[in-house]
Amino acid sequence: MEPINIITSTLTPLDRKNVDTDQIISKEFLKRIERTGFGKYLFYHWRFDSKGNPNPDFVLNDPRFEESKILVADENFGCGSSREHAPWAILDYGFRIVIAPGFADIFYSNCFKNGILPIRLQQTEIDALLSDGEEQPVELTVNLEQQTVTRRDTEEAFAFEIDPYSKQMLLNGWDEISLTFQYEDEITAYENRMTN
Amino acid sequence: MAKTIIEKVWDQHVVTQEEGKPDLLYIDLHLLHEVTSPQAFEGLRLAGRKVRRPERCYATMDHNVPTRNINVVSDPTAQKQMTTLEQNCAEFGIELAHMTHPDQGIVHIIGPELGLTQPGRTIVCGDSHTSTHGAFGAIAFGIGTSEVEHVLSTQTLWQNRPKTMEVKISGELGNGVTAKDVILAVIAKFGIDVGTGHIIEFTGEAIRNLSMEERMTICNMSIEAGAKAGLISPDETTVAYLKGRRHVPEGEAFEAAAAKWLALATDEGAVYDTTLTLDASEIEPYVTWGTNPAMGTGISGHVPFASDYSSASDQEALKKAVAYMGLEEGMPLTDISIQHVFIGSCTNARLSDLRAAAAIIEGQHVHPTVTAIVVPGSRSVKRLAEEEGLDAVFKEAGFEWRESGCSMCLAMNDDVVPAGERCASTSNRNFEGRQGAGARTHLVSPAMAAAAAIAGRFTDIRKVPVMQD
Repeated sequence: MEPINIITSTLTPLDRKNVDTDQIISKEFLKRIERTGFGKYLFYHWRFDSKGNPNPDFVLNDPRFEESKILVADENFGCGSSREHAPWAILDYGFRIVIAPGFADIFYSNCFKNGILPIRLQQTEIDALLSDGEEQPVELTVNLEQQTVTRRDTEEAFAFEIDPYSKQMLLNGWDEISLTFQYEDEITAYENRMTN
Repeated sequence: MAKTIIEKVWDQHVVTQEEGKPDLLYIDLHLLHEVTSPQAFEGLRLAGRKVRRPERCYATMDHNVPTRNINVVSDPTAQKQMTTLEQNCAEFGIELAHMTHPDQGIVHIIGPELGLTQPGRTIVCGDSHTSTHGAFGAIAFGIGTSEVEHVLSTQTLWQNRPKTMEVKISGELGNGVTAKDVILAVIAKFGIDVGTGHIIEFTGEAIRNLSMEERMTICNMSIEAGAKAGLISPDETTVAYLKGRRHVPEGEAFEAAAAKWLALATDEGAVYDTTLTLDASEIEPYVTWGTNPAMGTGISGHVPFASDYSSASDQEALKKAVAYMGLEEGMPLTDISIQHVFIGSCTNARLSDLRAAAAIIEGQHVHPTVTAIVVPGSRSVKRLAEEEGLDAVFKEAGFEWRESGCSMCLAMNDDVVPAGERCASTSNRNFEGRQGAGARTHLVSPAMAAAAAIAGRFTDIRKVPVMQD
């Protein structure tokens, strides 16, 4: 997993609430047995019409946001299915950070396993980012170590919360399973305790 | 100190607790299916790791399986995914109910059937509807594929302790009002993300009176309220359901297990972080009109008006949903015509669900403009239904009687609702495109779906003659 700390990028404003993982990655793309290559299917049915032509009204087809690494959406992002293909698609497309007022639990957890930083900001902060970001590109700098999101245009800095464990995992790009193996004795002791 | 079942089961599974870290939680049972596991097994292979406790894993095929002819998988990518699961289970020593196995079925239906699902267990699966198993007083939740790999290698997960929420359904349900209507009403009333960060315990008289199959329907959809998991304290109903099931102990060992299970129930006076209540007598048969499970209302109601909402973003969401669904603001639900009926899914494809639907349609015929299918939740459900002649009732009424699997709930196999067409579905998600690109889904109970199949539009089952006997 690629570590993450400071990222500066234009934000992509996706002004929708309750974006479910069926929209992020549709079921027809879940049959593949690989972890990579899902980026071209991200938000497929919003990005493309039934003939496969890009939908000019959808934000991912707006050339102003082509190089963006930061996706901003409204509340309860990632609800529904547990499919990790959703963060795989987001990452493969080029986003490293998703900012929203809130996330569904499974999606939130899946992000950390893939080197994506999900950030919760206040609703008023998100509202401003979404409307300003649509009007003209807004550049943000995210600093994980300091837990801040800074707007380049207004120089406002927003603080965000993250639990220390997830923060360390992302900053270091650690493989969680290797870490857990350090607790093998405790796991074995637990198993012995439960069977006796 | 008085404790909730959530705290009791959680505490029993903590392997280690350290400052600044989530709890390392032991996982008793790991269920697997073909869609969310291949990358996890591949991860094990790449790292040279093995499955720590293969006997705590159980796999089946459900998402991709064809329901017309189980021997013909039309899509080679789907076939490869299933072959991959077979190879992975063989390589790592995991028991598998493959596509034609007598125990095959939707993973959340067969776990309870086989007695793998038991009170007090921690249960995970790479599938959000794992919450179903909470009906037994287990802590059961969906995980991503990286976590599937983590559980395969270590039999544990790092988990932050969730908050506790009580959802109390007081009073008694009216005639024709089912478990499905209760959970749809809970989600509509309290919101699609009310449960985020919480485990919900469902309590109250109306919940106590439910059968195990109905309790599974409730817990199944707790994820649609955003909950980490949903559960119900075990009682005599739970114990009676489990007795005699294959993986459940027998004789004295069963009595000992049952005593332990019952002791898990939430203590009198235990305190939850949040308590919400709903009066059962207020709940009507429900129909969703929008594009998430909270967008629903009682059958006597209508599609909302944008002006019913105060915030601009909610008004916008309503307009988008209504446009996608091809409806109009203010339209009565009973004016909505449907072209498809799907009776199936991990929410509502158990024997009692099929019985409820069959009771409505017996001696009648599916509306000429409607295509209706029944997809039993498991091969066992299918066998039992056939033993009591339910297949004949459905077929005579013009329903197609299919093989078991997830089917049209998410349309990964050939069972797809065409673009622009409308389906009355007993499944759990009405998201855009869920049942096929451009398809329109209305979530309902099995009885409501059956009544819609006959009438060709939504109808209040409380007014159907058979419900008035």
